[in-house]
Amino acid sequence: MTRTSEPVDGERTAATTTADPQPAEAPAARSETAAADRSGVPGAARGGRPRWEGRTIAVLFLAPALLTLAALVVYPILYTIWLSLHNADGSRFVGLDNYVTMFTAADVRKAITNNVIWVVVAPSLVTIIGLILAVLTERVRMATAFKTILFMPMAISFLAAGVTFRMVYDESPDRGAANAFAVAVHDMFRSPSPYHGTSVREGSLLVADADGALRTAGNVDANQPVLLPLVGLPEDRIPSAAAPAAATDAGQGLRGVVWLDFTRGGGGTAGVVDPTERGLPAMAVEALRDGAVVGRTTTAADGRFSFPDLTGDGYQIRLAGSNFTEPFAGVTWLGPSLVTPAIIGAYIWIWAGFAMVLISAGLAAIPRDALEAARMDGATEWQVFRLVTAPLVRPVLTVVFVTLVINVLKIFDLILVIAPESSQDDANVVALEMYRVSFGGGLDFGLGSALGVLLFLLVLPAMLLRIRSMRKGVS
Amino acid sequence: MSRVLRSGAAALATAVALGAAGCGGGTEVPGSGSAAGSSTSLSGQTVEVAATWSGTEQANFQAVLDAFAKKTGATVKYTSGGDDMAALINSRLAGGAPPDVALIAQPGVIAEFARKGAIKPVTGAAATAMDANYSPAWKQLGMVDGQLYGIPFKVANKSVVWYRTEQFAQAGVQPPTTWEEFVTVTRTLADAGINPMAVPGGDGWTLTDWFENVYLRVAGPEKYAQLAAHKLPWTDPTVVEALKILGEYWAMPRTVQGGSSGALQLGFTQSVADVFGEKPKSAMLFEGDFVGAEITKLGKVKVGETAKFFDWPSIKGSGPAVVTAGDQAVAFKDTPGAVALMEFLASPEAAAQMAAKGGFLSANKNLDLAQYPDDTIRALATSVVKADLLQFDLSDLTPQAFGGGTSASMWKLLQDFLAAPTDAAGIAQKLEDAAKRDFGSK
Repeated sequence: MTRTSEPVDGERTAATTTADPQPAEAPAARSETAAADRSGVPGAARGGRPRWEGRTIAVLFLAPALLTLAALVVYPILYTIWLSLHNADGSRFVGLDNYVTMFTAADVRKAITNNVIWVVVAPSLVTIIGLILAVLTERVRMATAFKTILFMPMAISFLAAGVTFRMVYDESPDRGAANAFAVAVHDMFRSPSPYHGTSVREGSLLVADADGALRTAGNVDANQPVLLPLVGLPEDRIPSAAAPAAATDAGQGLRGVVWLDFTRGGGGTAGVVDPTERGLPAMAVEALRDGAVVGRTTTAADGRFSFPDLTGDGYQIRLAGSNFTEPFAGVTWLGPSLVTPAIIGAYIWIWAGFAMVLISAGLAAIPRDALEAARMDGATEWQVFRLVTAPLVRPVLTVVFVTLVINVLKIFDLILVIAPESSQDDANVVALEMYRVSFGGGLDFGLGSALGVLLFLLVLPAMLLRIRSMRKGVS
Repeated sequence: MSRVLRSGAAALATAVALGAAGCGGGTEVPGSGSAAGSSTSLSGQTVEVAATWSGTEQANFQAVLDAFAKKTGATVKYTSGGDDMAALINSRLAGGAPPDVALIAQPGVIAEFARKGAIKPVTGAAATAMDANYSPAWKQLGMVDGQLYGIPFKVANKSVVWYRTEQFAQAGVQPPTTWEEFVTVTRTLADAGINPMAVPGGDGWTLTDWFENVYLRVAGPEKYAQLAAHKLPWTDPTVVEALKILGEYWAMPRTVQGGSSGALQLGFTQSVADVFGEKPKSAMLFEGDFVGAEITKLGKVKVGETAKFFDWPSIKGSGPAVVTAGDQAVAFKDTPGAVALMEFLASPEAAAQMAAKGGFLSANKNLDLAQYPDDTIRALATSVVKADLLQFDLSDLTPQAFGGGTSASMWKLLQDFLAAPTDAAGIAQKLEDAAKRDFGSK
């Protein structure tokens, strides 16, 4: 294969032959240089022609890799740079306009800020958690089983992990595991009131107070029952004890009725106790005079309440806020403010196992005698960890950290999958912005390429650092 | 070495996608020997169709393609573009290997392609089929600069509000016909302890449909068309008025499921499940006819019995108007296979295949209405076929960056408006700023 491209030259042909695996079968007319080459005499290598030969061979062997590299790495880089200096469809040269746009557009600034947050927070957290897990799993029985389980998230594609976490963070406690947990914990300490969600019938006496209580707007007196109509209680939350509301009452003192002023199926009159409408039992009612509470009671099954001792006028009636405590709706994990931390959480879940495995390998390589010596000298476990273990695994930590920095700079898939469209802007990062302006509707390949170049420049230092540390590791 | 290669390549994913032009190529079957353009025998030829559909819709469409394959002998390959059809087509175009035929939902995108010369005008047998089967209003909608490019295969009636009958019965309300009645119904539902409306604000496109329906009724069709072309600024009083009406509705207490922040987390598919699932969380859901198919797919309630729809209420005495949308078939090649498929897609035969499966409306006037599986869909289809006054979904008519995809300006700004539905004039100004930028770049 290679010979055909060589110049027709006896010596060179012979020299090429030396590369053959079976030199013994080569033609007898072998030149001295070739023989010298084979014998490995150093002087011969420095001679003109053999060096040429060596180089040719090197080039030939490297050619496939170099060509692949040129086609898949060098050309795209150059083409991206070229595109970044052109307009949306690459038809007009615009100089550095895209770069100016890039640093002035609010979207992109937000993306860069988020990238900074990611780079500062995610790699260090993952490394620290990985280190803790590595140290802990070293001490337990069945360490391999633990490590396997912790490493498992890496076996899942990021897309699938993203979809999973999208569900975990779902707003509704019925669907999202995170909110189901948050609500369960919250309700243990403060459960919702039976009448949450109800509100006053428009045009009635009641107005809402700031603390969620409902209060009569003006003063009421003890001459006739006070009608307090409420609406908006779902059918399935009406207490089973509720009896039809008492329409008339000829009792004594300050009294009234709290009822659900809605006739099922429609047809009732607003503000009037209609036949099928039900009272709201066990509602905490307070009577106020000049702002001070002068009486407390609760409603009966038919919604009636009374303060027999209170007569005359100048009262206000208040339905305590505790009747209407809203249930805890959970946390809006994927809303504008929490979306980035939430996605970083998912990222940690995926990568902590990976960091742990690498760091455990580093830990395993630490000479045991160093640790034992420290313990013999009376160091506590914490001191051993801080002064012996940590410095010895530092190179591994650096590798893990730098790898994660590079990875985090390019973060894209998790954000695209987890962040709902409405908060994608708030979770945006450079790689996602690059995709959005290029393909996601913007169709601005110039700006997209400029972002690509920015990303490349951001990754470059971390990459060089990593390559340097690799070299050091080898030597 | 390989590490450098990997990192570099990954960091420059864009460049790879753009640069390695040939890589995206499918097998391009050249218009083989037989010159007979309208020949029915296309055996040995491969025609590639791309559309957004996946799942059930894809299966339904596959039946149409199978019928075509059976009729002509051609091999049909279906490519699902998912939500990002434009991204798929653009990268395929950049790679020099577009599909033969694509069904594209955004007329604005079709116009862009037509002006770039990427798609072929509809001529010959396909044009004849179009004339025979569609009303002039529909043909008008498929034209770009006086030349026919698109054949409306699947159309939508986006002016209907879906509701659950038992919720309405419980509250004792009837489907409204005017906006005032609509507001009253909403309030009564809330009083009955039923959450009135699910607004899937997590998907920005649903919000654009809200705006369009209000705007068409507030401003009328002429201004609507002008606004779509940005010949009318978004700061126009009619826009502000429409936004005000919309904002007042969204801001009504106990109306939008989950409040503003909850609505922004709610996706469209989830909203269908929330309203038409086992335990309804809301009584009404506004979106197009395709909600019917989603309800059926969900399988909890029956369309036409428990799930019904009413026409979008008239605002200030506006007449019946329909905001429509549709997947139009356009041809990227004029190979015999592509032309034959375009002709087939314009035929009542193709429409009948898909109509029978439900969740599909055709604007084909020669399609037998008996093909539709139930009265609900028949009613939806009748109004679309007979409508003289049609307006395309406005956001689909605008450039992609403004109304055509995830993170498009109009989607984002209406989401902002849903989050804080009070400052109509402010949002109108922001929409105008975005429109200036996004329309200007074309």
